[in-house]
Amino acid sequence: MLVNKLRCRITSAVMSEPLQYLSVAGDPVREIPLSVEDLLLLYGNMAAGRAYDRKCTALQLQGRLATYAPFEGQEAAQIGSVFPLTADDWVVASYRDAAAMWATGYPWVNLILSRTGDERGGCPPDGVRVLPPSITVGGHMIHAVGLGWAEKIKGSKSVAMTFFGDGATSEGDFHEAMNFAGVYGTPTVFVCQNNEWAISMPRDRQTASDTIAQKAAAYGMPGIQVDGNDVVAVAIAAAEAVDRAREGQGPTLLELLTYRVGPHTTTDDPGRYRDEEASHQWRRRDPLSRLSAYLASIGEWDEKWAESVAADTGADVERAVAEAEALEPLTSEEIFTAMFAEPTSQLLEQQRMAVTDNG
Amino acid sequence: MAELNIAQAINGALGSALESDPTVIVLGEDVGATGGVFRVTDGLGERFGPDRVVDTPVAESGIIGAAFGMAIGGLKPVAEIQFMGFSYPAFDQIANHVSRIRNRSRHRFTAPMVIRIPYGAGIGAAEHHSESAEAIYAHTPGLKVVVPASPYDAKGLLLEAIADPDPVIFLEPIRLYRSIRQLVPDDPYTVPFGVAEIRRPGNDVTLIAYGAMVKETLEASEKLAAEGIGAEVLDLRSLVPLDADTIIESVEHTGRAVVIQEAPRTAGFATEIVSQIQERTLYSLAAPIQRVTGWDTVVPLRRAEHHFVPDAARIVAAARKTMES
Repeated sequence: MLVNKLRCRITSAVMSEPLQYLSVAGDPVREIPLSVEDLLLLYGNMAAGRAYDRKCTALQLQGRLATYAPFEGQEAAQIGSVFPLTADDWVVASYRDAAAMWATGYPWVNLILSRTGDERGGCPPDGVRVLPPSITVGGHMIHAVGLGWAEKIKGSKSVAMTFFGDGATSEGDFHEAMNFAGVYGTPTVFVCQNNEWAISMPRDRQTASDTIAQKAAAYGMPGIQVDGNDVVAVAIAAAEAVDRAREGQGPTLLELLTYRVGPHTTTDDPGRYRDEEASHQWRRRDPLSRLSAYLASIGEWDEKWAESVAADTGADVERAVAEAEALEPLTSEEIFTAMFAEPTSQLLEQQRMAVTDNG
Repeated sequence: MAELNIAQAINGALGSALESDPTVIVLGEDVGATGGVFRVTDGLGERFGPDRVVDTPVAESGIIGAAFGMAIGGLKPVAEIQFMGFSYPAFDQIANHVSRIRNRSRHRFTAPMVIRIPYGAGIGAAEHHSESAEAIYAHTPGLKVVVPASPYDAKGLLLEAIADPDPVIFLEPIRLYRSIRQLVPDDPYTVPFGVAEIRRPGNDVTLIAYGAMVKETLEASEKLAAEGIGAEVLDLRSLVPLDADTIIESVEHTGRAVVIQEAPRTAGFATEIVSQIQERTLYSLAAPIQRVTGWDTVVPLRRAEHHFVPDAARIVAAARKTMES
């Protein structure tokens, strides 16, 4: 989607500063290589993500959704990363990545349905190449390696992008995924949203490395630290990583510096383990207000439009909730019907037992 | 037709699948250049090249996780894990991802893949090289578990596994790899899952076995025949799906049953078979069902291994016990 001249020269060398295009105040620190149309698209998608996120937290508090993992503050990281993807690319994400999933075609109603506790949420429309989110931490990164590898073997230009957090880099599976991607040069983009907290564990106790990006060097791939709350920087870095993957130059690790300003989930109380002052500080680096400040500075900001985007998404999510709640739960018969393409004789027998026992 | 052992029959199945289906990828540790630790993939790397027969880093979780991604992406990976004890690092991938994707996406995404695992004791191998953990996989919803006991079945079941739309755990009895030879058709064919084979008909007692224990059980049936006891020997061939009907029919015919497994005794797959028999046909039994199993010990190393692995003598003793009542 972005042209090659936008390259930010991703490198394995540890950069002194994370890649940034917009300062915290929204001032351009280098030329902004995106069109106003692209910037508005990015803003609109971030606003939609935030509206969904806040709605879900509210719905959870009302008892209408199961436990919810908010991503407020990480909208730029998710929306910027998927900006260069096409419908032929794969997204393999975790449970905190709804904005990235939605922006690549995974409908709100599927996301909501999963959060009501329904497997049918994991079935996006045919052709959407976004896997249902991984609930265990870290095991899914290698799937993006396998998917990218398959595309490479098939001779297509599709790439696979995987989302994970700083905590996931402590899992052994992170090593295996990065190692396989490096060895086979798979078209995989590793997107680490370093939001500084893995539930109660701060980033500096996950790893003794100075940065997560530097880990890429050990696997023979480039890694770059990016200001994860600067959607322009994220989009540019992701565009180069995707471009490298598409052109057969292999995997890239992006470390997006951001912050989980909310709790781990709606059952978590961050006050028990961290000073919430940091959270307030990070709210001042908010990715949406940063981009809106820039858009205002170039005379392209329309407050009413922004409000309407949030309101429209709120209405979309309301409809998705209504649709999800209108769906009858899986019956005792139906819980057996997706274990295999054809149920085994054991499953058929148990299905008969379950149906009979339940009435 | 050629007379082949199990290792050769599996090799033939893999070769024929690689030849006929360009989406089939064989991957695992040392499967290419050396033909695998048991030489099961011997020659396939040369024939099909390093992109189809892929030597991987030493990382079982990575092998299965990458194969899982490949399978979702439209390939048909056949992954090899060198020994059953080495499958445990991959268990998270198998139980949390491979076995679940169809259900958690309600059929949208699927993982048609085969995980080949040599299993079992009897060759005096090193620690962790002799496990029989089939019950762990049979207990994991969403997996099919297949265990051949003959060269013919090894080829046909493996081709069936490769054609299957769901993940299959394909267990290869290590000590039978080269100890049985049988005429095997050159052309591809499949053996269906969920169909037990009556390896020997009999009227007095049903001996139910799978994998490596089938050979011991057939030997036991010879000894029993010499004593005038007619044993019917069932080779289950697949544990999931299980051909419970054939088991029940046979037990109703003989009125006696011995279930044989190499795995440790407690919560083994034999226990499941015993449960099915008592649930469905308790009153046709003339005697309590017997189990012949490994023990709830770590598989002893080479010098004491024989104390663990069930042999024909133990099976004969158990069969005799059922004949006492």
